Amino acid sequence: MIRIVLPAHLRKLARVNGEVPLDVAGLVTQRTVLDALEARYPMLRGTIRDQVMCQRRPFVRFFACEEDLSHETPDAPLPDAVATGKEPFLVIGAMAGG
Amino acid sequence: MSGVRVLVGTRKGAFVLEADGKRQQWDVSGPQFAGWEIYHAKGSPADPNRLYASQSSSWFGQLIQRSNDGGKTWETVGNQFVYDGVPGTHQWYDGTPHPWAFARVWHLEPSLDDPDTVYAGVEDAALFRSTDGGQTWHELPGLREHGSGPHWQPGAGGMCLHTIIVDPSQPARIFIAISSAGAFRSDDAGKTWRPINQGLRSEGIPNPTAEVGHCVHRIAMHPARPHVLFMQKHWDVMRSDDAGESWREVSGNLPTDFGFPIDVHAHEPDTVYVVPIKSDAEHYPPDGKLRVYRSRSGGHEWEALTKGLPQRDCYVNVLRDAMAVDSLNSCGVYFGTTGGQVYVSADAGDTWAPIVRDLPPVLSVEVQTLT
Repeated sequence: MIRIVLPAHLRKLARVNGEVPLDVAGLVTQRTVLDALEARYPMLRGTIRDQVMCQRRPFVRFFACEEDLSHETPDAPLPDAVATGKEPFLVIGAMAGG
Repeated sequence: MSGVRVLVGTRKGAFVLEADGKRQQWDVSGPQFAGWEIYHAKGSPADPNRLYASQSSSWFGQLIQRSNDGGKTWETVGNQFVYDGVPGTHQWYDGTPHPWAFARVWHLEPSLDDPDTVYAGVEDAALFRSTDGGQTWHELPGLREHGSGPHWQPGAGGMCLHTIIVDPSQPARIFIAISSAGAFRSDDAGKTWRPINQGLRSEGIPNPTAEVGHCVHRIAMHPARPHVLFMQKHWDVMRSDDAGESWREVSGNLPTDFGFPIDVHAHEPDTVYVVPIKSDAEHYPPDGKLRVYRSRSGGHEWEALTKGLPQRDCYVNVLRDAMAVDSLNSCGVYFGTTGGQVYVSADAGDTWAPIVRDLPPVLSVEVQTLT
């Protein structure tokens, strides 16, 4: 069981509170995590990555274990701590203000 | 009892304003989709409970929302807008070829007779259609591929398809407008298209009378007289009496003929409304006075409508999709501002009152007349 933390807008869209627990079959990567997330919450399709090329949206980041994993390839294994559920996988919306 | 439901899209969510036929006491609900940009929301003419809304954000992209109960509840539907085939390029700001890329949905136009059919005008400019209530979207590629597409160029606001009008007398005829390519018409339900910009003159392009390249801001039609079109261009208010084959200027005595929205009275096809804006460099009303102008003669002669509108220190703008009319006996006219006000006139523009004053900047206003 892995743990996903979504930004507020996407929690509201998916109608979830707090962390999202998710079973991911096989190797735990950005791609398999997002595939599982979108399969369970179809309304999130297109909001984190585009639906054609599956590229991360420019103002979205992926953090885990105090590291920015946004520029890792989608098929790179995520840290063991994420795969075992010890640490959450964070989907972050870029900060903006003025 | 008759009433109205006003759908307001703003920079930070959607609001629904409802009143009975007197249009004096208003219930305001919202924001729906708080924090998201709602470029446009519109109800189906065939089923007033069926609403569609374009929800987007720079962070999380495009969503389409659908309601089957008049806006009480909403559900996300399809949001995959994929250009047909290899999309090719249009011109970028520096004149170089730039690949077509989907950015957002500017305008949703439900079909006149089928609640499940809806058109979407998108940036980068293209026309999509859904026939399953928004679950899936398919481009009508004949528009983008009709020939001039590689020469289209975005205006400062992006290369958006913002106007979609289906001719009620012959539904295979569709008018659309793109900033800054111009107006186009299809007579075969969107399969083939051609530019309809003869008579437009735009000083901001190399050839002022070019076939394409004009920054059309909005087109309006009265359903009882579909061959007559009114256009607010970047500069100039224009009229066509032959379904867009040719245009002539009807700016007449307007204090400035720059502006964004244009609309037609529900029962008087020659009564037209615009909101003059000082200039393209100064996006606010002349002299700090918010004035709607009305022509009762189909253009040329315009009168200022000021009663109930701020006549000093007002520096808001009214965007292209932010004006609408209802079809009650005494035609109601509505518009929203970038300052967050939504105004109503229940007497065809003679007097005005704010429904709300402090919404986020208003992007779109649509009204449903309920019986």
